[in-house]
Amino acid sequence: MSIPKDARHLFRFAILFVIAFVVFLVIRHFVVPKTFGEYGHYRGAAITEIAARPMHFAGHQKCETCHVDIGEAKKAGKHENVSCEACHGPLAQHADDPSIQPTKINTTEVCIRCHADSAAKPGVFPQIDPVQHSGGVPCETCHQPHNGL
Amino acid sequence: MSGVEGYMYPNEITLNWSVLIVLYPYITGLVAGAFILASLVRIFNVKAVAPTYRLALLTALSFLLVAPLPLQLHLGHPLRSPEMYFTPHSTSAMAMFGFVYLWYLMAVLVFEIWLDYRSDIVHLSQTSTGWKRTLYRAMTLGSDNISPRSLAIDHKVGWIVTLVGIPSAFILHGYVGFIFGSLKANPWWNSPLMPVVFLFSAMVSGIAAVLLLYMGISKLRKTPVDMPCVDTIAMYLFYIFILDFSLEMLDLVHRVYEADESFRTLNFMVHTKLYFSQIVLQICLGTLVPIFLLAITQVKKLPELVRRRIYIVSGFLVQLGVFAMRWNVVIGGQLFSKSFLGYTTYKMSLVTKEGLFAAIALTVLPLVILWILVKLLPPWDKEAQASIPAATAAN
Ligand code: HEC
Ligand code: HEC
Ligand code: HEC
Ligand code: HEC
Repeated sequence: MSIPKDARHLFRFAILFVIAFVVFLVIRHFVVPKTFGEYGHYRGAAITEIAARPMHFAGHQKCETCHVDIGEAKKAGKHENVSCEACHGPLAQHADDPSIQPTKINTTEVCIRCHADSAAKPGVFPQIDPVQHSGGVPCETCHQPHNGL
Repeated sequence: MSGVEGYMYPNEITLNWSVLIVLYPYITGLVAGAFILASLVRIFNVKAVAPTYRLALLTALSFLLVAPLPLQLHLGHPLRSPEMYFTPHSTSAMAMFGFVYLWYLMAVLVFEIWLDYRSDIVHLSQTSTGWKRTLYRAMTLGSDNISPRSLAIDHKVGWIVTLVGIPSAFILHGYVGFIFGSLKANPWWNSPLMPVVFLFSAMVSGIAAVLLLYMGISKLRKTPVDMPCVDTIAMYLFYIFILDFSLEMLDLVHRVYEADESFRTLNFMVHTKLYFSQIVLQICLGTLVPIFLLAITQVKKLPELVRRRIYIVSGFLVQLGVFAMRWNVVIGGQLFSKSFLGYTTYKMSLVTKEGLFAAIALTVLPLVILWILVKLLPPWDKEAQASIPAATAAN
């Protein structure tokens, strides 16, 4: 079947579409990661890549094998269920090699992450207005962080 | 906390959807509306509005080109946006919309404009010089066949394109309302009427925009305004406006009658924070006044000058009202807490990425694009204008 002469220009436009579509497919082929869609709507390789990342957190059980005293002290206090690294930050490197000294934490920032007043927190949770309560004095001058008092 | 009254959940305190998200449905609405006006000529054979046919198409195109920009600015990371096309998620309405957008842009608007302008383009490629000649040559796609038979074929195909274009335009804008209407967490938005209301207000704003542009351009070019044309547009504007208004009122009455658990909160908002933008701007100034003005032109024979002035005033009021409607939906829906116990405030920034200036720039940009398009593809070619009704008659 030959295309009528007077409709050929329409096919030129159609060819433009086909070209655009092919270009799209080619680009798509190169930019979409190979493992995309292997398990779901994400890169399959992401799982192994993430698993291969170095550990940042050691977990409180590990800390307590060396810092037995603090572990015991903490169990007796209100911070019983707060993990070491929630305050100290990720310390996996230190746990593997204690010669790497952890940096000192700035309690005026760390403690109010959990304890600053907010209407969204349950009323029973201990909350303070940092300005009124301590006015910039580090919390550990009055409180013992491991005992939570 | 500043701007917060009562009880807000922390994630509700700052509004994430800014004025740009107000602009986005407004701009897409203009696209859909302008296209519907063009389809009046093509599909519904309303010959009187033919002088605005091409202008309406170019308007739709220039606003459509700008439509995604508010979203890009709002989201940041423009380089990530193609991912939507490369790895679309079939359950995401927004991802699917990306394809509707492309389809509408390329297969409907650009194609229809190309078909309609083909003889002009061929003509221009032969008469112009320099870079323009190259540009027009490229636009002809290397075919200078403008025999009457080929133009007749173009016209048939254009008719089909417009026919397909109407549902496309509906989906294009209905989608925006759909996104809001399907958000079940937000009682201000969650309504199956939302897409329909968005659609009708889109038609109203788009038709009014083309009306204003047509009269403005005529003034600039010092050519007389085609009165039967603007009268007909105003008539359609009036009727569609009535439909739009009834739908909005239906939505309102339904909410009042249903009076579900959110009603007291929403009612309170409409009477306080949204009073000015909803009652004063949207309903009174933006809807009732222009409907009343347009109604006068329908029932009374007024002198030309008065009619023109009425059209201009109501055209601007319509834009104001529809923009206010988008504002009340987008911003209004974020001002109250899901707890129904608290309210927050939206404070528009000025020179930030999502501030007032960005919004103004994005409103002016389509007009600049339109100006360039109009220079390149003059919509008022005498013989072309004559050819549309003639060709329509041949249809
Ligand atoms: C292998 C044993 C070991 C493990 C596991 C370990 N630490 Fe240590 N940690 C030490 C030693 C040893 C020191 C140095 C003590 C000193 O210099 O007095 C130390 C010092 C510290 C210090 C600084 C003390 C100071 O005086 O400034 C902190 C804080 C600390 N550890 C926290 C942690 C946390 C949190 C963990 C769990 C992620 C952890 N440690 C796991 C052995 C360990
Ligand atoms: C509520 C937050 C918090 C938690 C939870 C916490 N710490 Fe601390 N820790 C502190 C603060 C504050 C200091 C004092 C400032 C500093 O030395 O950096 C401190 C100091 C230390 C020190 C220095 C020696 C000392 O006794 O002053 C060690 C060692 C330590 N913590 C280990 C631990 C371990 C191990 C755990 C988990 C069992 C833990 N911490 C849990 C806040 C906390
Ligand atoms: C990861 C969140 C978290 C951080 C960080 C944290 N706390 Fe706590 N804190 C808690 C929890 C949980 C409790 C226990 C609340 C309860 O009793 O229900 C508590 C209890 C307390 C109490 C006891 C309040 C009472 O009712 O007697 C004090 C005092 C306290 N924290 C001080 C601190 C100080 C000082 C710091 C900084 C070194 C700190 N907290 C950091 C979570 C945190
Ligand atoms: C000047 C000493 C001082 C400093 C510094 C201080 N506190 Fe306290 N804090 C107290 C005393 C005393 C109480 C117990 C009396 C009370 O409940 O008001 C207390 C109580 C609390 C409570 C329990 C409140 C409740 O409602 O149960 C929390 C939580 C607390 N402090 C957190 C902090 C945090 C976080 C900081 C650091 C930003 C801090 N404190 C700094 C003296 C201090």
